[in-house]
Amino acid sequence: MFEGFDPVLLARIQFAFTISFHIVFPAFTIGLASYLAVLNGLWMWTGRQVYLAVFQYWLKIFAVSFAMGVVSGIVMSYQFGTNWSVFSDRTGPILGPMMAYEVLSAFFLEAGFLGVMLFGLNRVGPRLHFFATLMVAVGTLGSAFWILSVNSWMQTPAGYAIAANGQFIPQDWWAIVFNPSFPYRLVHMVLAAYLTTAFVVGAVGAWHLLKDRGNQGARLMFSMALWMAAVVAPIQIFAGDQHGLNTLEHQPMKVAAMEGHFSTNTEGAMPLTLFGLPDMEAGEMRYAVEVPALGSLILGHSLDAQIAGLDRFPREDWPNVWIVFFSFRLMVGIGLAMLGIGAWSLWHRWRGDLVEATWLQRASVLMGPMGFVAVLAGWITTEVGRQPYTVYGLMRTAESASPIAASAVGTSLLAFIAVYFLVFGAGTYYILRSMRKPPEMDEEGPRPEDPIRTAGFAQGPHMEAGDNPSRSPAPAE
Amino acid sequence: MDLPLIWAFILAFAVLAYVVLDGFDLGVGILFPFLPRHEDRDTAMNTIAPFWDGNETWLVLGGGGLFAVFPLAYAVVMPALYAPIIAMLLALVFRGVAFEFRFRTVRWRGVWDIAFFAGSILAAFAQGLALGTIVQGIEIEGRAYAGGWFDWFTAFSVVTGVAVVIGYALLGATWLIMKTEGPLNRLAARHAWIAGAGTLGLIGVVSAWMPFLQDAFYWRWLSFPRIALVAPIPIMVAGAAFLLFRSLANHESNRRPFLSALSLFALSFVGIGISFYPNILPPELTIWQAAAPDSSLGFLLVGASVLIPMILAYTSYSYWVFRGKVREGEGYHQHGH
Repeated sequence: MFEGFDPVLLARIQFAFTISFHIVFPAFTIGLASYLAVLNGLWMWTGRQVYLAVFQYWLKIFAVSFAMGVVSGIVMSYQFGTNWSVFSDRTGPILGPMMAYEVLSAFFLEAGFLGVMLFGLNRVGPRLHFFATLMVAVGTLGSAFWILSVNSWMQTPAGYAIAANGQFIPQDWWAIVFNPSFPYRLVHMVLAAYLTTAFVVGAVGAWHLLKDRGNQGARLMFSMALWMAAVVAPIQIFAGDQHGLNTLEHQPMKVAAMEGHFSTNTEGAMPLTLFGLPDMEAGEMRYAVEVPALGSLILGHSLDAQIAGLDRFPREDWPNVWIVFFSFRLMVGIGLAMLGIGAWSLWHRWRGDLVEATWLQRASVLMGPMGFVAVLAGWITTEVGRQPYTVYGLMRTAESASPIAASAVGTSLLAFIAVYFLVFGAGTYYILRSMRKPPEMDEEGPRPEDPIRTAGFAQGPHMEAGDNPSRSPAPAE
Repeated sequence: MDLPLIWAFILAFAVLAYVVLDGFDLGVGILFPFLPRHEDRDTAMNTIAPFWDGNETWLVLGGGGLFAVFPLAYAVVMPALYAPIIAMLLALVFRGVAFEFRFRTVRWRGVWDIAFFAGSILAAFAQGLALGTIVQGIEIEGRAYAGGWFDWFTAFSVVTGVAVVIGYALLGATWLIMKTEGPLNRLAARHAWIAGAGTLGLIGVVSAWMPFLQDAFYWRWLSFPRIALVAPIPIMVAGAAFLLFRSLANHESNRRPFLSALSLFALSFVGIGISFYPNILPPELTIWQAAAPDSSLGFLLVGASVLIPMILAYTSYSYWVFRGKVREGEGYHQHGH
């Protein structure tokens, strides 16, 4: 049924589909794990019940998201081999050890302490439980470190030699791990995860505040989330700009596609194209809405900087300009909207009416899922912008694929699409249903008389006051 | 220092750790239809809920580790096992989310029970198919897989697939003996008898079949005087089987059936190792041919020698935290003793 299809294209679609589904969950759980650690720490430190209540509320959502992240991540670790075996053979000596380090240093840490974090509060006491929560958060960040290093090496390879059999051989591990684009990418992604989570938490807080201004948990969520937005959104825009300059240095073709810059501005400044329709055939931007000289100012930090256009590169090396141009604009637009929400919240704080700010809360609800859209758009920009290479400038995508027939790749693609929509659709439904319930001050997992299946997760610590001395908040000694 | 050989042992350890750890929690899923009361299924699920995630991580280490230290073997074996691997991954997706989903719904709980069972049995069967395919030999040309799209589907691989399913069911049943009490404990003991007999029979069938699949296996197991060197393995398998059935008959210990089942798995695993060495993918690809350069192996070994003991330490700690029996309707939210 897939005769005549290009197996490489099908493999690319399959990879894009599975990794796009996957990235949503880490983006959320990296931020949420840190948020849970902060809430747990604040509860230990202050002893205020509201911190524990909000912790328990998000813990249930974390459990579902984490399970979906784990299972979709396992798929990724085998996909390199099934569909991209030539790539695996050649890059394995470099990328393999880094991915194995991710498993050893981060994945096991998360998985090992997750059980204690979810079910162990009564068993180990608050201090060890806090430690477990912290280890899960550290694990998610460690995962980000290694995976971003792997991805960055594929974008800006360094520290390697090429052997006679075609394999990339590591020469300098320091140069490989800390390759030129890695620090920028890591910072940009971790901040993106924090912002994504902040806007989800903020949206849930806003939703329940709009219904009940007195809900303590909702007030805490909304306030904490908008502090995050106000502080991190500007930092993220700065980090994104720095990342862009780094990309200009190492992958100028990608930047030309992001900006829709077809012809090098040999005379005069490069404008910034706000919108337009890229015409790859003709090599020009149609219906362009431009701001004069701003492109030179942003990319060259001077008013007449000359920036290489796509005309400087062989036509067969161009990425798809349409996709890169629009996904980049989508990401930047959402980033600016996040900045706006953050600033708006500061104004209400200054007036002292954050809890009554109905329009801000409505806007926050709408912004809830936007972090995911921005993360996906950003990844599409950087990954499609890397084409037609898997290892930038060194190994083409077309020569990376497995010797597998189109029918095999196509059939498995259909199976992935069916299973993912079914399973992750159900998961999203359960998460949204959890979010619809307002946070209660006695948000404490199952009571002994409840049937266990209604507990939200399999075994929650049940925590009536005075029931078990080991779980009262530890005084800061 | 022979880095590829060291890594072959580390990776073998990771795969064995995966097989026994995820083996028992997949086994609990395989037994689901044979636990008629939904309360028993809840309890069974609660015995594994804090661990399954860590257990499955060993599978990621197996795949990721193979990619890292034997990239050529990874690049050859994944296309060869394309269909079973995809089936296993999709099965694990269903099964992994069932842990969370089935406790969040009353109406759909039956559906997630089926997803948990079907996912567990399909994942186990696909792993058995993969084992059988590797044992019967993989065709390689140059640096790529050269066999057909359905080479993984043979009478032998179907038998190994069934063997892994029944073997995991034994691990799951003996785990439930250890972690539950009352009627569920006795039910699990009955299942352990059946799964134990099946496992032993299938170990016999596979062991008798293997030497005739590849010359190297025959030479290693049935030629004189090597037969004397390897004879302790089947003798110890018989011993482990004896301990398993005696402990099931005596009811004197709740731990011994599980430990005996683990020994059966470990011994079978050693047996496969003896057949394979020095190949990673028999009959052609040796450990040294498939290995990444020493600069990769050394870099990873530094971290692994520190991190793997740490992983074992905190994993053991997690098992210790959730030690003891799980009672119906309680899960882990009260102390177990």
